[in-house]
Amino acid sequence: MKISFNINGEPQSVEIADENTPLLWVVRDMLDLKGTKFGCGKAACGACTLHIDGEAVRSCSYAVKFAEGKEVTTIEGLGNEENLHPVQQAWIEEVVPQCGYCQPGFMMATAALLDKIPNPTDEDIDKNIINVCRCATYYRMRKAIHRAAELKAEAIPSTETQTS
Amino acid sequence: MLFAFLFFGVLFAFNSSLLKVGYTPVSTIGFKKPTSNGAYHKMMDVLMSPRCINCHPNDNIPKQADDSHPHYFGVSRGVNNLGFQATKCTTCHQTENNNYSGVPGAAEWSLAPDKMKWEGLTRNQIARSMLNKENNGNRNLEELEHHLTAHELVLWAWKPGVDAQGIPREPPPVPLEEYKAAVKEWIENGAFVPED
Repeated sequence: MKISFNINGEPQSVEIADENTPLLWVVRDMLDLKGTKFGCGKAACGACTLHIDGEAVRSCSYAVKFAEGKEVTTIEGLGNEENLHPVQQAWIEEVVPQCGYCQPGFMMATAALLDKIPNPTDEDIDKNIINVCRCATYYRMRKAIHRAAELKAEAIPSTETQTS
Repeated sequence: MLFAFLFFGVLFAFNSSLLKVGYTPVSTIGFKKPTSNGAYHKMMDVLMSPRCINCHPNDNIPKQADDSHPHYFGVSRGVNNLGFQATKCTTCHQTENNNYSGVPGAAEWSLAPDKMKWEGLTRNQIARSMLNKENNGNRNLEELEHHLTAHELVLWAWKPGVDAQGIPREPPPVPLEEYKAAVKEWIENGAFVPED
């Protein structure tokens, strides 16, 4: 069956035999976007987190059929080298990753958090960022999340200036 | 003297009856007290199963599996019974069970509202709470029956999918049609809750 959606701002259609195939397989193996990672396959670790219509979703547990007509954003669509997303910038500044495998999921979860809560408290972070990092980079991630909030707040006036 | 005794006796009996009931009773005019509580107990066997109780917590923390352990990763009631702002129930749970990941799902997946705390209550306490319009979303008996027998999230209990190990979850101890008939019978007979 054919399933159509937008991914990172571009329209995309896939032909797939099993509509219950996890979106993660489609993103990685069919669309060759390898930034989103397979961790546990049980929606437990969060390495596969991406955005569906702006909401954080564990794509290993999200049937591709549910993506029909929706806006999918992966880590590749969050920003790029020329125009880093505040979360990416903060992650670089705070040198967050160790092995790095789980980081795209954390960054997508953080981007979703900052969209909902622009200046999150530690408690907000504890409640909303529940991914798993086996290198235990949690301390640096917490610093980076607060830094990303600052960067995003700083970026908002300049964005408004550009558009006005 | 005798009159005063009788008067206050009746008054006391009336008040203690109200206290004992402890919920706002729906109309029972025209109902006959059932001779058997079989339908009631059959219904409550279902409502007290982990498939139902796990999402009626008394501590705002959903429970998982047949041992009703707290939901992993610090998940809690959050906003509108749907989890936290950016990490919601729907971050993992969709509108269907996912047999690849073992994550359960159904339409309107959420915790039961705060007023419907059932965990730790006896079956009679749960039944009284369920009949209390202040707790049950202002449902009358007809609406309560519909909720108990037709709501998609309630019916999920009989198609609970597989767990993270791929093992089928245990459905409630009464078959669905038998449960529906029991609910209907209990309500048609006045939704009486037996004495404790």
